[in-house]
Amino acid sequence: MKTIYEESVPGRATLGIVLKDDPAQPGCADMLPAQMLRGAAPRLPECAEIDVVRHFTGLAELNYSVDANFYPLGSCTMKYNPKCTEAVSQLPGFARLHPMLAQLKAGEKACQGALQVLCDTERFLCEITGMKGFTLQPMAGANGEFTGVSLIAAYHQAKGRSRRVMLIPDSAHGTNPASAAMAGFTAVTVESKDGMVDPEALKAAVAEHGDNLAGLMMTCPNTLGLMETRLKEIVQIIHSVDALLYYDGANMNAIMGKMRVGDVGFDVVHLNLHKTFATPHGGGGPGSGPVGVCEKLLPFLPAPRVERRADGSYGFMIDSGKSIGRIGPFYGSFGVILKACAYIVRLGAEGIKRASEYAVLNANYMRRKLEDVLQVPFDRICMHEFVASAPEGMRALDIAKGLLELGYHAPTIYFPLLVHECLMPEPTETESKQTLDAFCDAVRKVVEDGRKDPEALAQAPRNLPVTRLDETAAARHMILTEDMA
Amino acid sequence: MSDPKELKYSKTHEWVRVEGEEAVVGITQFAQDALGDITYVEVPAEGDAVEQEKECGSVESVKAASDLISPVTGTVVAVNAELENAPEVVNQDPYGKGWMFKVKLAGPVEGLLDADAYAKVCAEEAH
Amino acid sequence: MPYIPHSQAELEEMLATVGVKTLDDLFADISPDMRPKSFNLPEGMDEGAACAFFEDLAARNRTAMASFLGAGYYDHNVPKAVDALAGQSAFYTAYTPYQAECSQGTLQAIFEFQTAIARLMDLDFANASVYDGGSALFEASTMCVRQTKRSRVVVDEAVNPVWRSMLATYTANQPIEIVTVPQKNGTSDVDALKAAVDGQTACVIVQNPNFFGVVSDFTELFAHAKSQKALSVISVYPVMQAVLKTPGEMGADVAVGEGQSLGLPLSFGGPYLGLMACRKSFVRQMPGRLVGRTVDTQGRTGYVLTLQAREQHIRRAKATSNICSNQSLCALRALIYLSLVGPQGLRKVAERGMALARYASQMLLALPGVTLLNDRPFGNEFAVCLPKAAAPLVDALIERYGVVAGYPVGRHYQGMDNVLLVACTEKNTREQIDRLVESLGGLL
Repeated sequence: MKTIYEESVPGRATLGIVLKDDPAQPGCADMLPAQMLRGAAPRLPECAEIDVVRHFTGLAELNYSVDANFYPLGSCTMKYNPKCTEAVSQLPGFARLHPMLAQLKAGEKACQGALQVLCDTERFLCEITGMKGFTLQPMAGANGEFTGVSLIAAYHQAKGRSRRVMLIPDSAHGTNPASAAMAGFTAVTVESKDGMVDPEALKAAVAEHGDNLAGLMMTCPNTLGLMETRLKEIVQIIHSVDALLYYDGANMNAIMGKMRVGDVGFDVVHLNLHKTFATPHGGGGPGSGPVGVCEKLLPFLPAPRVERRADGSYGFMIDSGKSIGRIGPFYGSFGVILKACAYIVRLGAEGIKRASEYAVLNANYMRRKLEDVLQVPFDRICMHEFVASAPEGMRALDIAKGLLELGYHAPTIYFPLLVHECLMPEPTETESKQTLDAFCDAVRKVVEDGRKDPEALAQAPRNLPVTRLDETAAARHMILTEDMA
Repeated sequence: MSDPKELKYSKTHEWVRVEGEEAVVGITQFAQDALGDITYVEVPAEGDAVEQEKECGSVESVKAASDLISPVTGTVVAVNAELENAPEVVNQDPYGKGWMFKVKLAGPVEGLLDADAYAKVCAEEAH
Repeated sequence: MPYIPHSQAELEEMLATVGVKTLDDLFADISPDMRPKSFNLPEGMDEGAACAFFEDLAARNRTAMASFLGAGYYDHNVPKAVDALAGQSAFYTAYTPYQAECSQGTLQAIFEFQTAIARLMDLDFANASVYDGGSALFEASTMCVRQTKRSRVVVDEAVNPVWRSMLATYTANQPIEIVTVPQKNGTSDVDALKAAVDGQTACVIVQNPNFFGVVSDFTELFAHAKSQKALSVISVYPVMQAVLKTPGEMGADVAVGEGQSLGLPLSFGGPYLGLMACRKSFVRQMPGRLVGRTVDTQGRTGYVLTLQAREQHIRRAKATSNICSNQSLCALRALIYLSLVGPQGLRKVAERGMALARYASQMLLALPGVTLLNDRPFGNEFAVCLPKAAAPLVDALIERYGVVAGYPVGRHYQGMDNVLLVACTEKNTREQIDRLVESLGGLL
């Protein structure tokens, strides 16, 4: 498709869209000294409204999306995004609210509805996770991870000690080590055993790093889709040296109403509202990554937080003086938080619990249906997702591309790295049995056809706007804008 | 393709060709093959001090990145400028045109493997 | 259950396939003593009740007031086409475009966004966006630290205090020293900034217009930084960038900004959009996603995520940043906004705000005891000194007249309790300004 710049026609009138022309309006040259003005106007598109509408409607048609395609992308929880939560987030009473209004004394009264949304959401997340308090500020999952490990750093610093080692299982998401490094920690890998965190390896790590051990970052169920069966031991080992346990909430959709991470001993948790709580992924953001903590970490949470006062009004809490500071500019990605809040209000306790139950049911059903097609390394109940290897002699990448050709988004591939030629499907609870059956048939067809004609599979997808793209050329030539071409 | 007998190798897959008081450094056939199509090579600058077994640059492909670990200690006296615009040379000719930098050695070269010992390292890693 | 499609018969059939009797049997790995101690969420609501609940909450927010609040976040008109186009679910219910063949819509849009931001900033390229203006400032700082291998970051105190406090939080556990150079009456102290930038400095960070609305030309400061082999970072307000001297023209190495004003609602603090552009030579130090143009196996143009070797999923602890997502949908909104208004439209938006700000400043100066904080040129926002503390006056105006007069800067700057920051956009009117002046006059 042509770019919007190629659609552009110099001088095409675009003025009327936002502003009525006013002949009396002074120009910038009348209002500012010449040396403070730019030499030439920015070369932005010059299009009529209809040109713009057609262009972006055309681009939308090139995408797969949850609304159009089954999207079983492991570790991403691509569940259906309810339309009513979208509608709620667009209510002008929320969308037009300036964040700084709430910081004025009289302004706080003018923002009571929005403040209640923040307070309610924090309360809901506490109840779902068993944590004592949440900050809603982090603007994505990785941003929540950074917040969480910064809280761990603050905890140890407040005790007058510098602990530098953060343990991370080898199956963890790559963001864990990157986030730990940003907070000044040295990421030390712990090898897993049979897909699980190995308490013996942990004990060895604790013995080795002793007083320098700050914490352990865990994903649970882990990135293989398995529940950690020796969790209690793990918690005990880490807490024995007053190190803290971090829970990466990427897989929270598996356990809601079945286990609360606060109850079992985790000290810090980040959630991904865009995964577990059905806010749309937006093609790569915006997300939201609230962070919950246990009692002893409450004073370190980013400020401000919202509380419900004795008179029923909502306002900001008084700063503890020990806060790690400010992670987001205000109170978090409010528009995203609002959608998640609406989702929880709509589902309630029963609906939230059912979401996890059906997510796990769907994953296990799919696992059973595919175990004779793919190689499933762990023959046991999985949680909300599972891992499988491509059949001998086939590549996960080719199977993924073959599925695109049949109208399905591919599962996550080549993650986790521990599994050879890995495919990781996560169906979520919002998909029906028919969809799962049809998808499993499609996987079967791709594998069978691929055996008969590997050449053809290597060409897939052949029916999409583009075939496989030359990523090597992209990295070598670096055409990142229209002007670098 | 077997690894040239006249070169020395590190366990981290760099090769060294000693030329009197100087040494030329590059990455091995095994390393370039494991990385795939190389898209970028970052080498130390002329005049930089490098130390054996210390990171001194990086090599990137589309899906991977690998640190370049200096196999020798000394001062960089020349770098292969061609790699900036044509990193694929490392894939095509890792022991020739794909050389990365040349070092004036601080002392004798020690602690490296010969071609046979290096071949064993590769065989183990390939499993 | 809402959004769960299974019939009872299907449930039973699926349980049988899996080989368990009940749904809870799937959770046998979680022992009884690890089950929730409580789960006291409210009961669910049907869609009508849930919507009504939030409509009621929305009605408790007063959004109809005449407002002159800005301070880095501005209430601009958002064309309806932005909502309609970015509201297509093929955009908003897609994931990160990892499978390029079925994500060309998102990928091409990001490529076009990168182009728009690079052109607006007059720099070589831009990334696919970061979270917001504050995190962009942080990412720019660490990028300069990596590039120069120096650890001192010099920041003008006239840079938005919210973003500076984020910078402090993010760098707290990193070997980075932040040196803040005090502002003078709301102006950037260029001499002091120059004195602070030396051979140990990684970068100098300024903002244009600065937090107090003052417009500057930092060419000389940036030339000095260059002479010290330090880098120059400038944070800009993208709407004003339609008319103001560009980061590129001033010699900046990195430009950042809060992109909210480009078609995003204020939405009580987010989601927003962090803009980041820089010179080509820093491309490997750039954090966040980048989309590049390439060809497919048949030679057709297509787009992919590129240079991923910089990113956390490959580099892990050594990545340029831990950021995974960009604000993709927000970036799409900004691109659609810029495409709709075009260069002339964006200039008109900037000029209308500036003209109203000039009218407002003249009217306010006519009140007894009101003076401008400084005599520097300003954009669509300016700071005035009132004869009394600004915060109580602002409160009184909200309560009595439903006018939000602006932002009292005293909470961020010592000794500035009487200073009020007033912003105008094309949504304000002369009538609103007259009301502001009249009601404020009555309280002085």
